[in-house]
Amino acid sequence: MAQLPYGVALMQENIFKINDKEYILPGSRACQGCGLSLAYRYILKALRENTIVAIPPSCLCVLHGLYPTTSVTVPAINATFAGNAASASGIVAALNALNKTEITVLALTGDGGTYDMGIQSLSGAAERNTNFIFACYDNEAYMNTGTQRSGATPMGALTTTTPILTKREKKKDMLKIMEAHDLPYLATVSPAYPADLYDKFVKAKRIKGTRYIHIDIPCPPGWAYPAKDTVRVGKLAVETGIFVLCEIEDGKFRFTGRSETLAKKGKRLPVVQYVERQGRFRKMSIEQLNQLQSWVDSRWNEYMKRAE
Amino acid sequence: MSDTRIITGNEAAALAVKLVEPNVIAAYPITPQTSLAEKLSTFVEGGELRAEYVRVEGEHSALTVCISASTVGARVFTATSSNGLLYMHEQIHWAAGSRLPIVMCCVNRGVGAPWSIFNDQQDSFSQRDTGWIQIYCRDNQEIIDTIIQAYRIAEAVYIPVMVCYDGFVLSHTMMPVEIPDYGKVREFLPPYKPSVDISPENPVTVNPVFFPWRRENAEGVLCDGYMEKRYKLQDALLKSTDTIEEVSTAYGQAFGRDHGGLLWEHMTDDAEIVIVGMGSIAAEATVAADSLRKEGIRAGVVGIRVFRPFPRKAIATALKKAKVIVVFEKCMSYGCDGGVSSDIKSALYGTGIEAPMHNYIAGLGGRDVKARELADAVKETITRIDSGTEENETTWLNCHTG
Repeated sequence: MAQLPYGVALMQENIFKINDKEYILPGSRACQGCGLSLAYRYILKALRENTIVAIPPSCLCVLHGLYPTTSVTVPAINATFAGNAASASGIVAALNALNKTEITVLALTGDGGTYDMGIQSLSGAAERNTNFIFACYDNEAYMNTGTQRSGATPMGALTTTTPILTKREKKKDMLKIMEAHDLPYLATVSPAYPADLYDKFVKAKRIKGTRYIHIDIPCPPGWAYPAKDTVRVGKLAVETGIFVLCEIEDGKFRFTGRSETLAKKGKRLPVVQYVERQGRFRKMSIEQLNQLQSWVDSRWNEYMKRAE
Repeated sequence: MSDTRIITGNEAAALAVKLVEPNVIAAYPITPQTSLAEKLSTFVEGGELRAEYVRVEGEHSALTVCISASTVGARVFTATSSNGLLYMHEQIHWAAGSRLPIVMCCVNRGVGAPWSIFNDQQDSFSQRDTGWIQIYCRDNQEIIDTIIQAYRIAEAVYIPVMVCYDGFVLSHTMMPVEIPDYGKVREFLPPYKPSVDISPENPVTVNPVFFPWRRENAEGVLCDGYMEKRYKLQDALLKSTDTIEEVSTAYGQAFGRDHGGLLWEHMTDDAEIVIVGMGSIAAEATVAADSLRKEGIRAGVVGIRVFRPFPRKAIATALKKAKVIVVFEKCMSYGCDGGVSSDIKSALYGTGIEAPMHNYIAGLGGRDVKARELADAVKETITRIDSGTEENETTWLNCHTG
């Protein structure tokens, strides 16, 4: 495959330029319709063989399989929940010391390991500008243990620890927190737009320092929608603006892919169209729905101003 | 020509780390470990030691960095104390379960609550059951020599080693220390070879989920289940006593100082009263034993150097001729006895050794322990035994329990 130049012109859907090698063999232990397995497939295509993945206990740990077999063909190191960014820091430090700096280090971490228990080690590693990609695969609850509330769960969602009243607090803005660390590269991606995801990981691979990529991960069992609808739900998240595809490079914000088109044409769908497809929002009140819509609108306007 | 300097325990530890040349250091400052973390920073920033020094945001991350760095082939070092060690607890298990040859200094300090910055051994004692080798040093010379030995032991048996020494009593007290020769250390300590090669050519997933039963790999070979993995750690720990003794002897031959492998003895040949201790309190006990001898009491000392794996056989042999055993220790298994004496009792079970054993908890949270006080406690024990008391409750030395 030819080397690609990087710039705005190439940030478009072009499935044919994607590396055709597969790094995840058939037979992973992920659930049917898993958004993570789709995202991981394209992440590894972008980062290629010369990669070491840091894994916390999470859906990703399950996806990797049970000893002594795995369907993933890149080396990976499991670490404890709170320490995935520290684990990746250790890998980076060792590779530096051993002059193996051509290897890309990826810490692929769920929302619990990013927003909640892992935020200390992530913030520390980011402040040290550790040379790695930290990617948060955000399925908006502790899905591996069966859908318990996390700091990433949106308002109005049912989880097994908010089983009656739904989550009453807003989702934490992790991108803002990470941006406050003054990182060279931040981006958001969705497996519903694999070429956009692929491009951003290829780009991130070439940048030095801490790169933060936030991945929206639709989750059929946790969000309660049919497994066949993962891409549809992922697209609706972007179409409604509840999830925005963007990049922040050296402090400069820009929309990308489908979100860029939406920003130009200004035709976002109402969030109710996203919400109504998912059983987790079945107890959401009208007030919560309105609050969610106004939260989406105000963030969108903030992004529009930044993109000017 | 020998290079002898008058230095603190933390300086001795820092010089040892410089001599073993780790690739990666990760540490978070905590009293009384702080000056060690600082000294290493000076070595690295000053270009005297070529290592990646990761200034982490907490102890949990310090050991996590070491674990992953060691996994991909780096020789690593970290150090901590007290609550810092407790904050690492999850990773202390993880390091041993991963069979990584990490060396960590624990500069012993009491744990909260309430806060104390001063010395006892409750911190490392509370990590007793994690699967690490624990070695306790009695003076600053032993600190520098033990750290060098620890790397050779750890890298031979793939078990992490905690080198423990008493906070302030050793860490901040200056003593003459002979610095080992750089070239000789290179000869004594071969380069580190990781047990698993983590590279794109060998795409393994390290430490995935194990099931209770054994499972076949892609080639149909039956592989370990969780229990087999954990058994292998225990088996390797028990067998590591041989390696620890061999390394101690080899070090003695190379550098002229053998600190005694699993334990050391002071005038035990004809001793009727044997005092047992671990770390600097055992060194203090030798002064007490000498003064007791002047009063006609035949006392000797056994200093436990290696607490895990617990040297059952060596302890039983050393205590075989004792008529009275007195244990002084700076750690407590709350709700039971002192931690060291419990283990000694368990080691003596079934050996035919029936000597009464008295247990003193001493010097918690830095309370001063003088040789004279140890000697007085031994005499009090003898009086009690002479008056017919065979066993007694654990006594808290110099503690005003009113």
